Amino acid sequence: MSLIEVSELRRTFTVRRRVDGARRKQRTEVEAVRDLTFAIDAGEMVGYIGPNGAGKSTTVKMLTGILVPTSGRISVAGVDPSRHRTALARRIGVVFGQRTSLWWDLPLHDSFDLLHKIYRTDPARHRTNLAEFVELLDLGDLLDTPVRQLSLGQRMRGDIVAALLHDPEILYLDEPTIGLDVVSKGRLREFLRALNRDRGTTLMLTTHDLQDIEALCDRVIVIDHGTQVYDGTLAGLHEQGGSRRTVVVDLVDEAPPIEVAGAVTRRVEGPRQWLSFPADASAAPIVAALATSYDVADLSIQEPDIEEVIRQLYSRPPSEPSGRPSG
Amino acid sequence: MPLHVAVATRAFKRYSTYVGATLAGIFTNCVFGVILCFVYLEVWGANPDAGGYDASDAVTYVWLGQAMIMTVAVWGGGSPDDLAERIRSGDVVIDLYRPVGILGWYLSADLGRAAYHLLTRGLAPTVVGGLLFDLRYPADPLTWLVLLAAVPVAVTVSFGLRMLASLTAFWLLDDVGPRMLLGFAALFFSGLTVPLVILPGGLRELAMALPWATFLQVPADIWLGKRTGLEVVEGLAFMGGWAVVLLAACAWVLHRAERRVVVQGG
Amino acid sequence: MADAVVDYCRIASLWVRASMAYPASFWMMAVGSFLMTGLDFVAIWVLLRNVDDLGGFSLTEIGFLYGATGLGIAFADLCVGRVERLGQMIRTGRLDTMMTKPVPLLVQVCADEFAPRRFARVLQSSLVFVWAATYVDWTLPRALVAVEMVVSGSVIFFSLFVGLACVQFWTADSTEVANAFTYGGNQVTQFPMSVFPQEIVKALTFVLPIAFVNWYPALFILGRDDPFGLPEWLQLASPVAAALFLGAAALAWRVGVRHYRSTGS
Ligand SMILES: Nc1ncnc2c1ncn2[C@@H]1O[C@H](COP(=O)(O)OP(=O)(O)OP(=O)(O)O)[C@@H](O)[C@H]1O
Ligand SMILES: [Mg+2]
Repeated sequence: MSLIEVSELRRTFTVRRRVDGARRKQRTEVEAVRDLTFAIDAGEMVGYIGPNGAGKSTTVKMLTGILVPTSGRISVAGVDPSRHRTALARRIGVVFGQRTSLWWDLPLHDSFDLLHKIYRTDPARHRTNLAEFVELLDLGDLLDTPVRQLSLGQRMRGDIVAALLHDPEILYLDEPTIGLDVVSKGRLREFLRALNRDRGTTLMLTTHDLQDIEALCDRVIVIDHGTQVYDGTLAGLHEQGGSRRTVVVDLVDEAPPIEVAGAVTRRVEGPRQWLSFPADASAAPIVAALATSYDVADLSIQEPDIEEVIRQLYSRPPSEPSGRPSG
Repeated sequence: MPLHVAVATRAFKRYSTYVGATLAGIFTNCVFGVILCFVYLEVWGANPDAGGYDASDAVTYVWLGQAMIMTVAVWGGGSPDDLAERIRSGDVVIDLYRPVGILGWYLSADLGRAAYHLLTRGLAPTVVGGLLFDLRYPADPLTWLVLLAAVPVAVTVSFGLRMLASLTAFWLLDDVGPRMLLGFAALFFSGLTVPLVILPGGLRELAMALPWATFLQVPADIWLGKRTGLEVVEGLAFMGGWAVVLLAACAWVLHRAERRVVVQGG
Repeated sequence: MADAVVDYCRIASLWVRASMAYPASFWMMAVGSFLMTGLDFVAIWVLLRNVDDLGGFSLTEIGFLYGATGLGIAFADLCVGRVERLGQMIRTGRLDTMMTKPVPLLVQVCADEFAPRRFARVLQSSLVFVWAATYVDWTLPRALVAVEMVVSGSVIFFSLFVGLACVQFWTADSTEVANAFTYGGNQVTQFPMSVFPQEIVKALTFVLPIAFVNWYPALFILGRDDPFGLPEWLQLASPVAAALFLGAAALAWRVGVRHYRSTGS
């Protein structure tokens, strides 16, 4: 049995909105999540992506027990989150990038101290954890600062420490890198990777920054309009989108478009040429063929643009789910 | 000026979207009104001319009080609360750099709110009270006009007080505290719990001179015909005087706060 | 349960400590709140100055009623008054983050930003209560009923605060209805029921049993006959009313939390 199991999960919201032209507001049902089925094993790092309003946050809220599903089944660490929310809370950590779980008016230190007490973590364990995380996330100088005086990135680091002090088995991150600069993002990714490696923490992360996914996740689940459109490896996602890699060749002299088996020449600019080939095919035979038939000065391989791939997935009609069925 | 009208209109509209809250509030006002009426009827039954009021005056006073609670925001609220929130969050800097004065802006918003509350939470409980109890109404159309002029002045006085409390947010950690204290003081000294006219000698003189007397006691006395002729003018002058003094105080505090913000950088 | 209380105290004491960081502001609030809440009783004293009694009850007897209901709402407000802000916590998403902590949600909601100034009301009511109690002929049964009265009264107001706050899980515009019942309930019980028409008293006994906060036990303690001639066992029934209120509030909270729909962002 997997650590997180979700089957046929559905959540609808009844909203009252003004249907255009009508004077009165009407009740309509929004299906935020529909028929979601997946399983995540302990130690996995899963990227959960989708466009705005896809239902990512709603899913995370159901997994943490905040929202009760309309129908379907969830089991996290063997229990139903909404029924055993407080008990489960000890075993999971949650970071909502858009809000803070720290106490706004209190210094970071007090927040951490209180968390220690309400989670009833072992004092020695708390101390070592705190020391380690503060060191890794470079928060040492900020412990006495009230949370509301922290910058976004500082606060986010504080929030991540807060979510981890009690050694959770699972860490849910809902847009943890939102608003962070490139350096902070890089540090955070490094930290999360180490967390997964050293402590075996299972990570589920939603984001709009695909570099987060590329840096961290072996597995991605893509959802759009509440429906799962892909579940599999990052490499698989490329295939799915029919994506292609590119060889950029610098020849010694200008030449007519190159012809090698397995690749198509897309562009020629002076001595430089661009050849594309399916992302799942090996580059080796193409490179070998090039080297034998042409005077190659330099050569590089460009990975496919994952954003392009995702865009293709999103633009498909939501009624035809694809990807490997999970479970 | 058109800007201020627009601000007031927007505030009016903003409050008018909370229909549920308005209905709930009217219900609350009615509950409190009914409770107080029975208590007052008991008091005035035993002592028919306490404070120079008769039973019918007293009951009318209760419902006028319920009508004014939200209109002058006795318990606090309205645009000064928004300002306090913005001071805490730091958004006030945006307000400070707007080309229009903060005070005028927020006063307009509060007057817009008051207009809405007068039309709903002022009017409705009075109608309910009128159905349940025997109330007294002014006969002279001039009195109605005077009252119509007095209400915005009362709101302005109340605005000045609430604003001063909100502005403490620039200096204090807990700005809810001063606002709450102000609420308690207002509740008593406005005469909402007991009419100021039945307070004992010295306390009565004091209460009648404080700004809270403009919330209910002075307008109610005009309504009930306890103030006539010159006394009406006197009453209005008293209200206007407090309005000017408090607005000036707000402007001064705001000026100091502004300098502080500029120095501290928010 | 014990854990919940401990957690409550921990969270609350953190906030007390935070507010103690500004001692001037703290003391100003403490003294100010105490004086201001006292004005409430001054108002009743003023009314009584104009008449010999109110509904057949003297100032000290009314002081007893006032103190009892005051203690009830003061304790409830002290412990759970913050639940009034539930709607705001929902809007800002604060409730979401609270729900991910291993402490019962209600505890977190109520202990959040715990303000020690709320002690002022407890103190003010206690003073009036103690003053009025010196005029009572105390016997052991009366003393026991007095304890039961204060506990039941607190539980009833506690339940009113919590139960009515639950409406905010459905709609944010409802805080004022809650006020009608909490502060309105407090106000109506500050006066002897004999001031009100019989229908109202019956409604406050059998429909929304707020009269059990102080009126019925006080009749017993003060040795007074029920002016409406209602059965005497009602005078000892406050714990039953309190239990009913508590049950209803607990149910409302459970249903509310399961219905909770968070916010869209
Ligand atoms: N509390 C709510 N009430 C009504 N509708 C909601 C609520 N929460 C979410 N929704 C709706 O459900 C859908 C999914 O929202 P959700 O917040 O899960 O999206 P998301 O994938 O997290 O988007 P984003 O990338 O913008 O954060 C949206 O259409 C949203 O409007
Ligand atoms: Mg989201």
